Amino acid sequence: MYTGPNDNEIISRVLRGEPSLYAELVKRYQKFVFTIALRYAPNREDAEEIAQDVFVKAYRNLADFRGDAKFSTWLYTIVSTTCISFLRKKKLDIRPLDHEQVLETASRLDSGFKANTIEQKSKVQMVNRAIHLLSPDDAKLITLFYKGEQSLEEIGQIMGVEPNTVKVRLHRARQRLKDKMETYFKEEVKDVMGG
Amino acid sequence: MDTQHYMEERLWEYIDGASGAEEKLFIEQLIATQTEWRTKYAELLEVHHLMQQHLELDEPSMRFTQNVMEEIGKYKITPAAQSYINKRVIYGIAAFFILTIVGFLIYGLSQVQWTSGGGSNGLYSVNVNLDKIDYSKIFNNRYTNIFLMVTIVLGLMFLDMYLGRKKKDIQQKTL
Repeated sequence: MYTGPNDNEIISRVLRGEPSLYAELVKRYQKFVFTIALRYAPNREDAEEIAQDVFVKAYRNLADFRGDAKFSTWLYTIVSTTCISFLRKKKLDIRPLDHEQVLETASRLDSGFKANTIEQKSKVQMVNRAIHLLSPDDAKLITLFYKGEQSLEEIGQIMGVEPNTVKVRLHRARQRLKDKMETYFKEEVKDVMGG
Repeated sequence: MDTQHYMEERLWEYIDGASGAEEKLFIEQLIATQTEWRTKYAELLEVHHLMQQHLELDEPSMRFTQNVMEEIGKYKITPAAQSYINKRVIYGIAAFFILTIVGFLIYGLSQVQWTSGGGSNGLYSVNVNLDKIDYSKIFNNRYTNIFLMVTIVLGLMFLDMYLGRKKKDIQQKTL
């Protein structure tokens, strides 16, 4: 997937005194880290602050990375804990949206969705908008599984739970996502699933 | 409802490739022969493909990498925890506390008068007389002093080991 040296080679070189190479790791994982942060943070600014904090923490503790797990798994563990600390610090709630909030969010997203005639039937938009209606934990789990290239075992490590628990939670999260799409993007689902 | 839930769980496992060989075969048969299973499978597979192919990652600002690199310029990589946490010291401290607790327990139990009383059922009963335990013998100044001395000695040992390791590291770096 990536060309050039692998993560472990870069880490060894950074530890041997080439800190500028760390930029390569930041470039590789910034989108993922930022996306997860955005699942928790109320806005892009806060998400960027969290993502930056994650990379700084990872850099400072790089010597503790033993290489017995993937660097991404180790990094995503830091993302997970940093997001939770951020919420605690800001005293934000991580409860899922209540019904009224969901309706409001969906209608806001849906109006944008319908306004754009070309992208109206875009599967990308529907999926990415529906995921914003999930709780941060559900959204994070789905993102880790589908975009983070992490196995159930690795997600278990990141979240500090058993792989079986991850499996059950993932099933539920996907079910909830499907329900959200069917409820709030009914027309689009018909088009997408039908087409 | 439960059957529906159960069916979905099994189908998700099948889709994720997490089912065992036997289960896989069984699910394949169900999909091939039962309309309900086939419809649900198609539905879940569509959701799975949507996630796989159309879930997108957000992008931070253009300056993000630069900002991170500027920020990390202010910090140094901290040495690995393994290098300054000596397992022997931890084991030593743990052994000390375990021995202390065991010592107190032995002493406490030796103060108990174990008498066998004939219960109504003819069973033996242990008569523990807590009033007879002389706590003043345990928590007097001598015991407190011994405890403090041992703690200080352990603390000094730990400090000595830590400084020794640090000195060694500096010597290695200068070589």
